[in-house]
Amino acid sequence: MKTWMRILAGATALVIGAGAVAPVAAQQPNTQFIGITGYRVGPYGANGAAFFGGFIDYLNLVNERDGGVNGVKLSWEECETEYNNAKGVECYERLKTRAGTGPTAIHPMSTGITYALMEKAPTDKIPLITFGYGRTDATDGRVFPWVFPLMSNYWDAATGIVKFIGDKEGGDAKLKGKKIALLYHDSAYGKEPIPVLEAEATKLGFELKTIPVPHPGNEQQSQWLQIRQYKPDWVILWGWGVMTATALQTAQKTGYPREKMVGNWWAGSEIDTVAAGPAATGYYAASLNLAGKSYPVTKDVESIVYKKANKGSKAELVGTVLWNRGVAAAMFTVEAVRTAQAKFGKKPLTGEQVRWGIENLDLNAAKLKSLGFDTMLPPLKLSCEDHGGSGQVRFQQWDGKEWKSASDWMKGDTVLVRKMIEESAAKYATEKGIKAGCLPG
Amino acid sequence: MQFFFEVLIGGLLAGVMYSLVALGFVLIYKASGVFNFAQGAMVFFAALTFVGVQEKTGLPFWAVLPITLAVMVLLGILTERIVLRPLVNQPQITLFMATIGLAFFIEGLAQLIWGTEVRRLDLGIQDEPIAVMMDNFDMMVSSFDVTAAVVAGVLVAVLAVFFNKTRIGRALRAVADDHQAALAVGIPLKQIWAIVWSVAGFVALVAGLLWGARNGVQFALTFVALKALPVLILGGFESILGAIVGGLIIGAAEKLAEVYLGPMVGGGIEGWFAYMLALLFLLVRPEGLFGERRIDRV
Repeated sequence: MKTWMRILAGATALVIGAGAVAPVAAQQPNTQFIGITGYRVGPYGANGAAFFGGFIDYLNLVNERDGGVNGVKLSWEECETEYNNAKGVECYERLKTRAGTGPTAIHPMSTGITYALMEKAPTDKIPLITFGYGRTDATDGRVFPWVFPLMSNYWDAATGIVKFIGDKEGGDAKLKGKKIALLYHDSAYGKEPIPVLEAEATKLGFELKTIPVPHPGNEQQSQWLQIRQYKPDWVILWGWGVMTATALQTAQKTGYPREKMVGNWWAGSEIDTVAAGPAATGYYAASLNLAGKSYPVTKDVESIVYKKANKGSKAELVGTVLWNRGVAAAMFTVEAVRTAQAKFGKKPLTGEQVRWGIENLDLNAAKLKSLGFDTMLPPLKLSCEDHGGSGQVRFQQWDGKEWKSASDWMKGDTVLVRKMIEESAAKYATEKGIKAGCLPG
Repeated sequence: MQFFFEVLIGGLLAGVMYSLVALGFVLIYKASGVFNFAQGAMVFFAALTFVGVQEKTGLPFWAVLPITLAVMVLLGILTERIVLRPLVNQPQITLFMATIGLAFFIEGLAQLIWGTEVRRLDLGIQDEPIAVMMDNFDMMVSSFDVTAAVVAGVLVAVLAVFFNKTRIGRALRAVADDHQAALAVGIPLKQIWAIVWSVAGFVALVAGLLWGARNGVQFALTFVALKALPVLILGGFESILGAIVGGLIIGAAEKLAEVYLGPMVGGGIEGWFAYMLALLFLLVRPEGLFGERRIDRV
């Protein structure tokens, strides 16, 4: 009996272990292999499951609907990082050896893992796509040729939020004398907007109070009592994971209006608002992409990947903020491959060739429409100098059931952001002895 | 002064929430001398099972509660049978290591069965300021936190009656005092352990429901165990009263420190302040405020 029970326990453990390993699409010859450093378990598993679910759903769509990219089918392998830096590096090392052409491009989906890979990527000639996270000054591609903080970076988000608040107050001039509190995750990620917000405070004349929340942020009583005492006009929420829902709940508890709270794009998904329940109603968040299922690409995924091919990841996640973001991230990768194919030929491409494709991405409104993304994303055009390509942000408001658009695509203080990016990148280049410049095409 | 009392009361109420988690640790330590590293995982498992069953069956709260409790009792019994029984008479560090393994197993099992999505848990208790306190004293006191404190009080009373007035409770205390002597007088040690793990499962369920209603049911519930550790160090690993008093002291101290000392050093100190306070207590009183002083013959 004892032995039987131990065998049962062992078998269960093995099943669980297998469950923790994410789905794998076997690598096939003559395919464009994509290495995915994902996470579906652990503290941020819910976020990862939505993002990487959308990512893989889009790859499946390209294979099923289009037969791949110009006839080159996509294959991929997902390695579980659990949002852990050491495991992220381990996955990267494993995936880079998987195919003759390498893993195409890596989406670390973690600022910590991005930092851990930044000096490896140039040596291995593997581009890193950090869509809305990572190191902000990597937007300067002359210093960081292998890193692509696509679309908008944290400083775009911070200045965009200030612009949004200014609009709500009746113009930037009305911000003078106002009080804004930044409630942030006490980590490298959370501290990222502080320099640019301090610069904005000096420029626009508002008062800024920064309040850190220790990891993981599941208890915020003292922070919110400080907010209650400070009486800010607005609270900017720079949260991640459980911190966001707890902030919304504690705001309700302290009687702070959620209509005066604006989160960044990692604190603005259904995962945060559903967990917070009614406390989230009225809360604003910046977004890199809109939520919703009305886009042609989403309809294609539902009809082709989910219904016809039965290869969908999880139907409940379709159309959510992070699932749509995963779809967009996969589309960037696919379009970079397509762009690179025009130069290097319709065959599986190396990371070096794909890097050129990313740097020359031009996704204008017409192109986005033809891809079925319509207004889900703003137009995007990259260059050696600008590895972001857009700098735009859009705001959504949680109405208690779903995210509703609360603004058009807008830009923050692009002049200030660019100036700070170039200064910071130049400092990094000096420290590391990097000679800034564009890589040859 | 009004603000000081607001912070103090908020801290005391937050401390009660820590105590709820600490109670689970105390129960198991009292009866077996094992520091159960898996208590946080049990809180997560209990809350996730509760919302999972509710989601799948659509049953009301009062119907799901006994089902989840049964699952937690089963988990407790299986833990005793599969993990602890084969390790009887092994050094305590071995048992501790076993609970580390158990923690990862339970976390994985919970996610495997119910998935990783974040879920809302609505207990029907409003997490809003109590109007009377706001109107008369301009003081923010959360109705949810007060309810949680009442629940914790009831739980402690029930556990006190269970330990002091029932036969099983007396047997538990005997086992806690001396395993060998308890065995010699015919107390079934294995049964007692199974009961203790089941009761710890019940406490984990209560803590999981309250923390889950507060933050959403998600993996981060496993981290609430980190909040309980300084409470245990301060209150003592073997005392239910210590878990409550320790929770109150830690909760109040960390909130006051964050609000009054935090701004001087850039804030964000409450995470480590509680541990520093516990460490200071450890230096002065290693067994904690209510822990039993151990005197070994050498």
